[in-house]
Amino acid sequence: MPTITYIEHNGREHSVEVPEGASLMQGAVDNLVPGILGDCGGSCTCATCHAYVDEAWVQRLPVPSGDEEMMLDAVIDRAARSRLCCQLKVAADWEGLVVRLPETQA
Amino acid sequence: MDHQASGDTVVIVGAGQAGGEVATSLRQNQFRGRILLIGDEPHLPYRRPPLSKTFLSGEATSESLLIRNAETYAKQDIEFLGEARVRRIDRPEKTIELEDGQVIGYSKLVLATGGRPRRLSLPGAEKTNVHYVRTIADVEALREDFLPGRRLAVIGGGYIGLETAAVGIKKGLKVTVLEALPRVLARVAAPELSAFYARAHRSRGVDVRTGVKIQALLGAGRVEEILFEDGTRMEADLVIAGIGLIPNAELAASAGLRVENGIVVDAHSRTSDPDILAAGDVAQHENAFLGRSMRLESVPSAQEQARTAALTICGKPVPHAAVPWFWSDQYDLKLQMVGLSEGYDRFVTRGDISSDSFSAFYLRNDTVICAECVNRPQDFAMAKKLVAARAAVLSAALADESLPLKNLIPA
Repeated sequence: MPTITYIEHNGREHSVEVPEGASLMQGAVDNLVPGILGDCGGSCTCATCHAYVDEAWVQRLPVPSGDEEMMLDAVIDRAARSRLCCQLKVAADWEGLVVRLPETQA
Repeated sequence: MDHQASGDTVVIVGAGQAGGEVATSLRQNQFRGRILLIGDEPHLPYRRPPLSKTFLSGEATSESLLIRNAETYAKQDIEFLGEARVRRIDRPEKTIELEDGQVIGYSKLVLATGGRPRRLSLPGAEKTNVHYVRTIADVEALREDFLPGRRLAVIGGGYIGLETAAVGIKKGLKVTVLEALPRVLARVAAPELSAFYARAHRSRGVDVRTGVKIQALLGAGRVEEILFEDGTRMEADLVIAGIGLIPNAELAASAGLRVENGIVVDAHSRTSDPDILAAGDVAQHENAFLGRSMRLESVPSAQEQARTAALTICGKPVPHAAVPWFWSDQYDLKLQMVGLSEGYDRFVTRGDISSDSFSAFYLRNDTVICAECVNRPQDFAMAKKLVAARAAVLSAALADESLPLKNLIPA
């Protein structure tokens, strides 16, 4: 299982194993990572799982769908590296992926 | 974790979205005592919204609905007791008694008992092909009947009814929606929105009938025909009723807790007994933002209330003040709503309501109190802020698409 690191806005790190095929949102929720709520259950509706992907990873992840783009447009602190964790399904070679959580989800 | 050292036990009755969130929020807030989560279904807490959408269509499985997997609860030392019902609460003794006679003590008790579908009270309503949509078991039974070519009669033009109608069309059923009131979504939306959704369903093949009064469901064992009060009949192979939710507040009422259309709680999720809290669909709760008490049937609200309850138990009380929001997926229409429209005096649309992408704003005294956005997540995000800010705006500015909504949000 790839190890994913979630870094809260206050700097606290959570390195957890997330099974292949599970979303980054589910991985955070299963491990009680604060700051990822996933209130809509992964239907790309609530934008409470917004995170910044580490620079090194941006190109390696599948590009956002139209739905994800629209929701990202709506988050408060969007950056070039913004993604919604519910739309990112973990692949075998995502070992070491790091995502950082925005201040508004602190 | 050593519960004995702390001696505290939180018992949560109801393992739905609110109950599950109380349990995990307690651990996130460093509660170290025993946590026992009791549910009457066999399942760990799961997401109910997909029941009328992807679970009905067969795209989602019951495992995929779980909010958290079994391992998470084990790791967090949260005990789960499924298929169990609580018979009574003994408040002086601070115990609950299960139907099997087991007695369990609590330091704090959380009632997250949710609700059950209102049943049809028509002759023939007990027939086996009359379905409701609230639990995995409900939908598993429904799916047996939910087959291409079948004639589906949906009783109730609310969100459950319209969402199941949309899935029916997608799966090749012949769908009729029967609504007793003059329009669909009559209790929750403005007439313009109701008209939009009636059109959306009709244009995709649903026979939407409003203002219809049903007399009886006819057939031998199964419903075969629906008899209307005007004497006309309609054939049907299955029926889905989505006519509202009844809060499961009987346990609280028989324990002498205050119950008025749900278990009455304050903005900290406390009932009239300081050691008993309630959260979710069952709670008639105080919302500090809206300054009044209400009962909502809403996942985000259930989760927010659950977090409020956990903070109260952990001695870090923060009043519940979340702005309510909701969503509904029908066909390719993604509806997102924020606020409550009750008492609005002006209705403004942004974009073309005859298209599949527009927003509707509800104002009272020139303040945005509610918005409904169809396929407009950006508008929705701004609307959330406008409602939260109680922003005073000119309705002309809301309607003018050349002005970004962002500009209307007070700095």
